[in-house]
Amino acid sequence: MFQNFGEMLLLFVAVGRALPRVWRERRKVAEQLFDIGNASLFMACTLSLFIGGVLALQTGPVLVERGLGSALGGLVALGLCKELAPVMMAVLIAGRIGSAMAAELGSMRVYQEIDALRTLNINPVHYLVLPRVVAIGLALPCLVVFANLVGWLGGAIVSLLNDRIAVSWSGYFGNIRETVDFSDVANGLVKSFVFAVVIGVVSCHQGLTTLGGPRGVGRSVTKAVVNSLVLILLLDYVLTRVLLPFDKGWRF
Amino acid sequence: MASPVPPPTSPTATGIPVAVRGLRKSFGDQAVLKGVDLDIRAGEVFVLMGPSGSGKSVFLRHLIGLEAPDSGEIRLGGELATSEGLGERYRLAMVFQSGGLLNSLTVAENVGLYLSEHRLKPSAEIARVVAEKLAAVRLEPSVAAKYPTELSGGMRKRVAIARALVTDPQLVLFDEPTSELDPLVALAIGREIVGLNHRTGATIVVVTHDRDLAFGIADRIAFLDGGEIAAIGSPAEMRASRHPLLQQFLAADFKPE
Repeated sequence: MFQNFGEMLLLFVAVGRALPRVWRERRKVAEQLFDIGNASLFMACTLSLFIGGVLALQTGPVLVERGLGSALGGLVALGLCKELAPVMMAVLIAGRIGSAMAAELGSMRVYQEIDALRTLNINPVHYLVLPRVVAIGLALPCLVVFANLVGWLGGAIVSLLNDRIAVSWSGYFGNIRETVDFSDVANGLVKSFVFAVVIGVVSCHQGLTTLGGPRGVGRSVTKAVVNSLVLILLLDYVLTRVLLPFDKGWRF
Repeated sequence: MASPVPPPTSPTATGIPVAVRGLRKSFGDQAVLKGVDLDIRAGEVFVLMGPSGSGKSVFLRHLIGLEAPDSGEIRLGGELATSEGLGERYRLAMVFQSGGLLNSLTVAENVGLYLSEHRLKPSAEIARVVAEKLAAVRLEPSVAAKYPTELSGGMRKRVAIARALVTDPQLVLFDEPTSELDPLVALAIGREIVGLNHRTGATIVVVTHDRDLAFGIADRIAFLDGGEIAAIGSPAEMRASRHPLLQQFLAADFKPE
């Protein structure tokens, strides 16, 4: 386990050192961004719509019973932008994109494509890992912005239509404007960027270190997803704690 | 396979010599290479033969730096194979058993990959070089737009050779170049290897257990047995060798009982 962790750290450092080449690899980054968006945007929106709705459904009646229905918009919005959207989108991307990255690189390793790159004096970190990590690092925060907006909308629809809640659109969104700071949204974006780097590095590392045939690829995919999820949940607490002092800031 | 072409005599020796000393490699408890000493001359076609599992491919991977030895050293053109930036000072290429083509790229992109990634030529010039190299391995221009998964095994091997040619290599390594190929395609691949050596003077190292290919193309042959060089010499010397396993290896033919 420690060897794995050390290798991942080394890969992370190698990607950091390769960052000045990112403009040169822009075509591959764009291809990866297209793939990530294609594979996950619709799913992210659907997921967020229902998460926002469920959040409103769970908390709305309790708040309304206590005469706090006007605070529902802010509660749903804060819960989404600071916690649920970054974590849920990271989970989605780890499962959908991280697994695909590990499988693709794992197959390339098994079929000697990565060895072939090395013999052509092409660094696999520059050619394969950098575009993937950069693309996922750009895509996940963007998905979180979408997830926030759609999730807030999901919460508003449930708040309006559910008889036990019945909070108006203006009341719901007005409360979001009063409650949510820009720093709250930024907090979630910082988290999502860190999660993205973790997913990218962990998945690429598992792919690059695949051993054996198709069974090895399967093992790498499983490890990529499980390790990403464990690290996301651990880092979520650490990042929440670290970002607490930056909570006050620019208001919408 | 009959001898594909007359024994090669390299006209312009641009190849580099390879010197291997005391090369040892183990995977876990299994010792694969047990102190290999070998000199491969610049510009020769050197074939490493041996039974399956004797460490031939592992040896080849050491030559190009894909494996690090447990002990011993390999010198390419006098420089340690493990030294930093060797790939920038010497042009090395390897043709893998599976071809090692990138399945997500077309044949043209695969063949031109070295030039495009290192930005050595503009795209129009790369397209010209790709067409030239595909023609050199006798592939139709229409193949350029196809993906490796659309090609037969023999065509994939030829594309891999074309990709190796693009680097204008000084040392080319072939790992089982005729495995899984019918005798006619194997003959054509053998001719490509010798032709490459004739045209460029590159040093060529071929790992194979295809006896016909080995004796058809080699300047010298080494026989690897149990991780050690059991015999080495010209094809004629190897045929006359009294090494028991080599004799069995050369005499093994299927005879219906």
